[in-house]
Amino acid sequence: MTIRPGRIAVHIALILYTILALGPILLILINAFKTRRAIFADPLGLPNGQTFTTIGFDRVFANSDFGLYFFNSLTVTVVSLVLIVLIGAMAAWALTEYRFRGNTLLSLYLAIGIMVPIRLGSVSILRMMVELNLVNTLTALILVYVAQGLPLAILILGEFIQQIPKDLRDAARCDGVSEYRIFFSIILPLISPAIATVAVFTMVPVWNDLWFPLILAPGDGKQTITLGVQQFIGQYVTDWNAVLASLTLAIAPVLVLYLLFSRYLVRGLTAGAVK
Amino acid sequence: MADVSLHGVAKSFGATEILRDINLSVDDGEFVVFVGPSGCGKSTLLRIIAGLETVSGGEIRIDKKRVNELPPADRKIAMVFQSYALYPHMNVYKNMAFGLKFAKTDKAEADRRVRQAAEILKLTPLLDRKPRELSGGQRQRVAIGRAIVRNPSVFLFDEPLSNLDAALRVNTRLEIAKLHRDLGATMIYVTHDQVEAMTLASKIVVLNQGRIEQVGAPLELYRSPRNLFVAGFIGSPRMNFIKGQVLRTDGNKVTIGFAGTEATLDVRPGSVNPGDHVTVGIRPEHMEVGGADSTSLRGTIDAVEQLGESSYVYMRLASGDDVIVRAPGETEATPGGTYTAHVPARALHVFDAAGLSVLPERT
Repeated sequence: MTIRPGRIAVHIALILYTILALGPILLILINAFKTRRAIFADPLGLPNGQTFTTIGFDRVFANSDFGLYFFNSLTVTVVSLVLIVLIGAMAAWALTEYRFRGNTLLSLYLAIGIMVPIRLGSVSILRMMVELNLVNTLTALILVYVAQGLPLAILILGEFIQQIPKDLRDAARCDGVSEYRIFFSIILPLISPAIATVAVFTMVPVWNDLWFPLILAPGDGKQTITLGVQQFIGQYVTDWNAVLASLTLAIAPVLVLYLLFSRYLVRGLTAGAVK
Repeated sequence: MADVSLHGVAKSFGATEILRDINLSVDDGEFVVFVGPSGCGKSTLLRIIAGLETVSGGEIRIDKKRVNELPPADRKIAMVFQSYALYPHMNVYKNMAFGLKFAKTDKAEADRRVRQAAEILKLTPLLDRKPRELSGGQRQRVAIGRAIVRNPSVFLFDEPLSNLDAALRVNTRLEIAKLHRDLGATMIYVTHDQVEAMTLASKIVVLNQGRIEQVGAPLELYRSPRNLFVAGFIGSPRMNFIKGQVLRTDGNKVTIGFAGTEATLDVRPGSVNPGDHVTVGIRPEHMEVGGADSTSLRGTIDAVEQLGESSYVYMRLASGDDVIVRAPGETEATPGGTYTAHVPARALHVFDAAGLSVLPERT
């Protein structure tokens, strides 16, 4: 087998990118288990007998309501995810399958959501949430995240739904299957790889978001994990052990969900590219 | 079981007219084949009958009831698609039972029907397989099975054989014919393959550019095509067309000059006048037949195709017309040589300047 130079270049680029992407995560993980002195003395070193400590974790659990933050983040992420996938798939199905007046206009309107960052509307969103009495609730966050995630979800899922042969839907219609049943029993199972793709793309920014929790739900008891971590970062003193420990804990669920979806993800991204 | 009738059915997509003024009646238990070149509207017509397309005008009746407004499921039809359209994530059994679940069919009854259909189509050992684990022919049988279990009044087939290889196509064709005999159901079948049309149909509908050109039994279309289009479409290889002119008329008898020779035959009274330009049609398989009243056509041979049981001789007449002759299997014709074909007057078709046949109705 001959190895083409082009392939080597591609692999070098990919390896560099992997190091770049994984480096900080690795750094957080190893330093979370080191003493404060060791973190600053040798940030790249692995914890050893002398430097190993779990003081950061102890402090996180002792001084903060970590379980609650975690639960808040999980609730917001999972509920947003379910809503985005469900509403997104339904909207994508409607926009691709049915020809109705304003169809193209609606698609364009939704596409704007991909191009314009939702944070530009932060002030109006905050004002709206105040009027709706939703400030300091998880509902506010979920609503914003659903709005943020829908445009891309509709775009990706719409592309996939279009690839499902039209004959399949017609066959189901001849079989007397209702439109809802066609959607749930035929379309949804067939676009599951695309749903995994959408889920990963949507989940990560929602889980990591600091901005909206900070302005919409900073109150006690409603903080998400990213906001919770902030309390260890002070203006003068930062408890690095606790910060790194809580970040380590925050990474875990995303990693698990990613592994769960990634089996489909690769298939989802390449499906349709090759026949 | 049911009959199907179309009254003035029209369909347009925007400004494009796909079908115009289609009138057709399909009797109970008939096997009707829609045939025509691609883009002639035959699939659209089938989808209109199925209820998958709306009409722009006209009325569709199934079992004498207007069904224009009914969804496909309520029309007592079942459709078999060209792409099979099997649900990829369900096994064969579920594919066939899926529709029954929503037709509120009793579970035991549904199971009985699926197993019976599987038996008929020899699918029983495959019931647990997913569609991707099946061959093309097996998938096609599952698609037909899915139609059978619905127990429909009318079966609709949309080019069901075009994705199969040649040998399998012949087999499946025979199976469909047998199925029609066994079930006795009304079947409407769309194809662009005139051989399929000839072999399966009890009635052929030839469509062209959104219009019905002719409706009739296979041999009727073969013997008396009403116009140039049908004459050229039915029969393989296609009918030879040679430009000609009417020389003399004598009552019903006319003498037509073509390709440097002439022939006298019966036409419909008053259909042509001396001096009219006409097109003479001769089927390749009628070119060898000799006889007392036969006309000879002589030309130079361009190519010879040996098929074993017969040979196709491609030749150019002195008049410049290219014709195909079906010669006996062991012909001595070779490219570059000359060849003489004999044609009896009764094998000639004559079409007027508008392309319509001027022959009297042949029975």
